[in-house]
Amino acid sequence: MKEFKKLLQFADGYKLMYLLGMISIIISQVFNTIGPLIISNTIDSIVGNKPITSNFFQLLVNVIGGREFLAANLWIMGIIIVLNTGLRGVFLYLKNTLSSKSSENIAMRIRNKLYDHIQRLPYEYHVKADTGELIQKCTSDVETIRKFLAIQLVEVAGSLFMLFFILYIMLTLNKTMVLISFILVPFIFSFAFIFFKRVQRDFEKADESEAKLSTTLQENLTGIRVVKAFAREKYEMDKFKLRNTDYRNKVNKLIINLAMYWSISDFFSIIQVALVVILGSYFVILDKMSLGTLIAFVSYVNMMIWPIRQMGRTLTDMGKATVSIKRIDEILVEPIEILKVTGETPKINGNIEFNSVSFSYDDGIPVLKGISFSVKAGETIAIIGSTGSGKSSLVHLLPRLYEYDSGSIKIDGMELNTIDKYWIRKNVGLVLQEPFLYAKTIKENIKLSDPSMADERVFEAAKIASIHDDIISFENQYETLVGERGVSLSGGQKQRMAIARTIINECPIVIFDDSLSAVDTETDLAIRKSLNSRKNKATTIIISHRISTVSEADKILVMDKGKIVQSGTHDELINEEGLYKRIYTIQSSFEEDVEFE
Amino acid sequence: MEQNEKINYSMNLNIWKDFFKLLKPYKVDFIKLTTLNVSLGILDSSFPMFSKYAIDNFVAKKSLDGLGVYIALYLLAIILISIVIYGFIVMAGKLETKMAYDIREKGFRKLQELPLSFYDNKAVGWLLARMTSDISRLSETISWGLVDFSWGLTMMIGVTIYMVFLNWKLALITLSVIPILAVISVYFQKKILIAQRGVRKINSQITGAYNEDIQGAKTTKTLVREDINLEEFSALTNSLKEKAIRATILSSIYLPLVIGLGSVGTALAITFGGKFIMLEIISYGTLVAFISYTAQFFEPVRQMAVIFAEVQAAQASAERVFSLLNEEVTIQDSEEVIGKYGDIFNPKRENWPEVIGKVEFKNVSFSYNNGEQVLDNFNLSVEPGQTVALVGETGSGKSTIVNLFCRFYEPTSGEILIDGKNYKEMPQTWIHENLGYVLQSPHLFSGTISENIRYGKLDATDDEIVEAAKLVDAHDFIMNMEKGYDTEVGEGGSLLSTGQKQLISFARAIIRKPKLFVLDEATSSIDTETEKIIQDAIQKVLEGRTSFVIAHRLSTIKNADKILVIRDGKITEAGNHKELIKKKGYYYNLYTNQFIDEQSKNVLG
Repeated sequence: MKEFKKLLQFADGYKLMYLLGMISIIISQVFNTIGPLIISNTIDSIVGNKPITSNFFQLLVNVIGGREFLAANLWIMGIIIVLNTGLRGVFLYLKNTLSSKSSENIAMRIRNKLYDHIQRLPYEYHVKADTGELIQKCTSDVETIRKFLAIQLVEVAGSLFMLFFILYIMLTLNKTMVLISFILVPFIFSFAFIFFKRVQRDFEKADESEAKLSTTLQENLTGIRVVKAFAREKYEMDKFKLRNTDYRNKVNKLIINLAMYWSISDFFSIIQVALVVILGSYFVILDKMSLGTLIAFVSYVNMMIWPIRQMGRTLTDMGKATVSIKRIDEILVEPIEILKVTGETPKINGNIEFNSVSFSYDDGIPVLKGISFSVKAGETIAIIGSTGSGKSSLVHLLPRLYEYDSGSIKIDGMELNTIDKYWIRKNVGLVLQEPFLYAKTIKENIKLSDPSMADERVFEAAKIASIHDDIISFENQYETLVGERGVSLSGGQKQRMAIARTIINECPIVIFDDSLSAVDTETDLAIRKSLNSRKNKATTIIISHRISTVSEADKILVMDKGKIVQSGTHDELINEEGLYKRIYTIQSSFEEDVEFE
Repeated sequence: MEQNEKINYSMNLNIWKDFFKLLKPYKVDFIKLTTLNVSLGILDSSFPMFSKYAIDNFVAKKSLDGLGVYIALYLLAIILISIVIYGFIVMAGKLETKMAYDIREKGFRKLQELPLSFYDNKAVGWLLARMTSDISRLSETISWGLVDFSWGLTMMIGVTIYMVFLNWKLALITLSVIPILAVISVYFQKKILIAQRGVRKINSQITGAYNEDIQGAKTTKTLVREDINLEEFSALTNSLKEKAIRATILSSIYLPLVIGLGSVGTALAITFGGKFIMLEIISYGTLVAFISYTAQFFEPVRQMAVIFAEVQAAQASAERVFSLLNEEVTIQDSEEVIGKYGDIFNPKRENWPEVIGKVEFKNVSFSYNNGEQVLDNFNLSVEPGQTVALVGETGSGKSTIVNLFCRFYEPTSGEILIDGKNYKEMPQTWIHENLGYVLQSPHLFSGTISENIRYGKLDATDDEIVEAAKLVDAHDFIMNMEKGYDTEVGEGGSLLSTGQKQLISFARAIIRKPKLFVLDEATSSIDTETEKIIQDAIQKVLEGRTSFVIAHRLSTIKNADKILVIRDGKITEAGNHKELIKKKGYYYNLYTNQFIDEQSKNVLG
C-alpha cells in the first residue's frame, strides 16, 4: 500500500477523472446486469403469462403502457433491450476513455520525471550507471504501472462490483439457485490465481532463454568478421541451435501448462453452467421457479465466470505493479543536483585561482593534493602529465561536476562553490575526452545547447573546429544524421564535433580534456590558431600529450601523482631538469634520428 | 527500415508463394490442427442446443424422461470440449514454436553463409529485428491465425446451420446484422492495428531517448542542456500519450458498437421470436437458443476481422524474412570445390593441402556493387613468412586489400594466388582455417577467457591455452584475476579493458598456429605498460607468418619486410623503412608527423 501512495504524487489533477472512469464501469455493469433480467421477464410475463415478480420490471411495464400493449407491440421491448445495451456501451466508452486518459497522463508524468531525474543525477552516478537496468526500469516497469492503472485496477473494480450486483439480483430471484450458481466459483477463481502465480516462473524462464538467444545472435552478428576469419560458421551454428532448442523447449513447456490450465478451467466453468441448466430445469419442472428466472440464471453464470477467471490472473499481475513502483522509486530516491540555488548570475571574465585544492573520489584516495595556480582572463594554460596524474579530475572541478574537499577555487575573485552550477556550467565549456553525439543531424548536434541558434553560428563554429570541410563532403551535409541510423564518424571527427558544439557558446572559459587526441597534428594546430584569433578570447585550459600542442601556452603545468611538479612557459621548462625536458629531448632527438636514418 | 513498417494492403502474391513453400513441411500439423478446430467450432455452437433441449423436453413437458441420457451426453460434450481445448492449444503452440525454430535456423544458416560484404551496410539492430520479432510475428500469425480462423469459420457455419434448422425465418431475421458487424469489424480492426503500431514505434523512440538520457548525461551536464532535453522528451511522451489514447478510443468505440449490434440481434429474436411463440410456430427452447446464439456470433466475427488485419500486417514481416532467406550468397565455392574439399559446415579437411604462405595479387581490381572502384590493377608478391605493412589514409584501400586476401571479398578482375594456386579453386574455409586474425576493435564472445582463447582452436587443451596466453604475455594479468582463466569476459568482452581484450584476441589467433596472419592495428590509446606488452606480442605473433598489417604503430612498420603506401587504391611507395625514409615522400611526412606523437606519449606514460 505504501507503494501506491507514491503513485498519488503523479496523479494530481487526474484523480477525479480516474474516479469517474471507475464509476462509469460500475454504471455500465448495472446495465449489463439488468439486460438478462429484462429478457427473462419479457419471455416469462409478456410473451408468456407468468405474473411479474420483479418490482423494477413492473414499473417499466406500467410506464410504457401495460402488459397487453407490450405483448401486441413486442418491438418496444426489443428497443428497450437495444437501449439498455446502448447505455451500457456509452458508459463502457466513458470508462475506457476516462481511465485511459488519466492513466496515460500519469504514465507520461512518470516517464518525464524519470527522464529529468536521471539527467540531473550527479556526474559520479553516471560514471557507474548500469544503462541496461535503468532503461528496463524506465520502460517496462513504467509499462507495468500503466497497465495496472489503465486496465487491471479498473477491470477488477468492475468485476467485483458486477459480482456483488449479480449476487444481489440472484438473491431476489431464487436463493437455492444462488448456491448452485456459485458452487464452483471459488474453485475456478483460486485455480486461476494459483496457476498464474506458479506459471510466472515458467514465463520468466522462457524470457531468459529468449534473451540468451538474442544475445547469441547479436554477438554473432557484431562479431561476424571473427566468425568468418576463424571459419567458425559450423561452431556458431551449433551454439545457435542449442539456444534455439532451449528456447523452443521452454516455450513448449509453457504451452503445455497453459493448455492444461485452460482445458481444466474451461471444464469446470462449463460444468458450472451445466449444473445451473440441469438443476434449474428440475426446479422449473417442480414449479419452484419460472422459465425466465432460469434463463436469467444461465445468463448470469455465463456473465460472471469469465471475469472471475480473469480476475484470478489479473490479481497475480497486479502484484508486479508493486515491484515496479519499488524499482522506479530506487531511481527517484537518489539525490539530484540542484542547478540553481541563489539564482545569481555574476559576469564571468575568466580569471581562475586555485589555492591548495585537494580532492578525492568516494573511495577517499586523494587524487589532487594541494593544487595552487592562477590564470588570468584570456590566457591559455596547458596541462601535461601521465594517465592517473589527476589532470582530468582537476578540470572536472571547474564546472562543478565534482566538489573539492578543501582549499579554494576562485573565479574572478568569487568562491567557485558559491556560484550556481547552472551558471558556472553555462560559462565553462568542457570538451570531454570521449564525446557523446546524439542521434540527431550534425547541425542539431552542434547547436545542442540552444536549438534556436542561427545557422551562421553553426557554420562558424564548425569552421573553427576544422570540421566544416568534412561535413560538406557528406551527401546531406549539415542535415546528415549521426549515429546508428546515419553516418558513423571517426574518433577525430567526433572530437571536432564536440569542440564545435562547445565553442559555439562563446564561454569565457574553455577546457579541452585531451579532446584533440584523435585529431592529427596539423588539424590540431589549425584549430588552436583559429581559437586564438577569436575576439574576446576565452581563458583556455588544454590537456594534451603533445608537446607541440602545449608548447605555445602562456603557462604549462606538469602534473604527477596529484601534484603540480613543474610549471612555467615552454622556454622556462626546457631549461629546467624534469619530466618536461625529458619529453622534449626525446622528441627532438627523434626528429634528428629521422634525418640521419 | 521505417518505411517498411508501413502496412501494405495490396497482397503480394510472390510473398505468399514463398510462404506456402515454407509451410509444406507442416502440412500434417495443419490438417490435424484444422480438424481439431472444426470440432471445437461444432461443439461450441452445439452448447445452446443443450439448453434448448432441456427447456423443450423437460421444462415444457414437465417430465424427467431421458434425463439420465441427457446428462451423460452433456457431460460427454463437456469432457470432449476440454480435451479439444487442450489439444488445440498444445498443437497450435507447438506448431508456432516449431516454425519459428525452423525459420530462425534457416535464417541463421544463411547469415553464416553470406559474405562479409553483405554486412558492410547493415546495422546489427536491423538484422536482429528480422531474426527475432519478424520471425516471431510471422509464425505466431500463421499458427494462431489458423486456429482462430478455422474455429471462427466453423463456429459461424455451425451457428447458422443450427439456427436455420430451428427456424429459417427467425434465422434470416437475426442473422441480418452479421454483414454490418463484419464490415464494421474489418474497418475498425485495421485502424486499431495501425494505431497500435504507431504506439509501438514511438515507444521504441522513447527507449532510444532514455538511452541518450543515460549515455549522454555527462554531455548534458557540461552543456547545461537539462531543460531543452526535458522539453524535447516531453514532446515525445506527449505524442505517445496522444497516440495511445487515440488507439484506446478507437477500440472503445468499436466494442460498444459490436455489443450494440449483438443486442439488436437479441432484440430481433425477442420481437419476432416472441410473436412466433404466441403464434405457436416455435418453442420456448428455440427462442432461448436464438438468444444465446445472438450473444455468441459476435466473437467469431471479431476474431476473423482481427486475423484479416493481422495477416496483412504479417505480410510486411514475411517480406523482410524472405528477403533475408532469399539473399544471394555471392561468394560461394563451386560444386567441384565442394565435392572435393567439402562446404563450410562439413569441410573435408583430409583433402586439403598444407598452406605454405606464398601470396600473389595478379592484376587485381576491385569495385563495390555501386561501381565505386577501390583497387585498380593491383600487383603484389609476398614470400612465405614476410610481413607487409599497409600504410595510408582511411578509405585509401588498405582494408580492401586485406579483405581480398582473406577472401571476404573476391576480385572483380585479376586473381589472387596462394601457394601458386588461384584461391577460388580452393574452399573459403581453407584460407580461414589457416588464418590468424586480429581486429582493430577486438570482438570477444561472452563466456570465460579460456573459452575465448579456445575459439581459435576448438580442441585445444588447457595447456595449449596457457601456452598461447604466455606467448603474448597475457598469462600474468589473467592469473591476477580472481578466477583466472575462468573469468567471465561479459557481453562482447565488456568486463575487460581494451588492452586486455586485445591480448586475448592475440592469444586466440596464435593458438591455431596459422600460416597466414592479418592484423588491423588499433589506434585507440591504452596505458603504456599494456602498449609495451602489445608491441612485443605483435612481433612474436608475426614471426614466421605471411602477414598483412594495417599498421599504425611505428615499431610494427619499422619491422615489416615490406611497407606499402596505399593512396587511392594504388601503391604509391613501396620498400622497407630505410628506403622509404630516403625517398622523402608521403611516408617520410607521415612518419615525422604522426609518429612523433606516439613517441612523446610513450615517455609521458
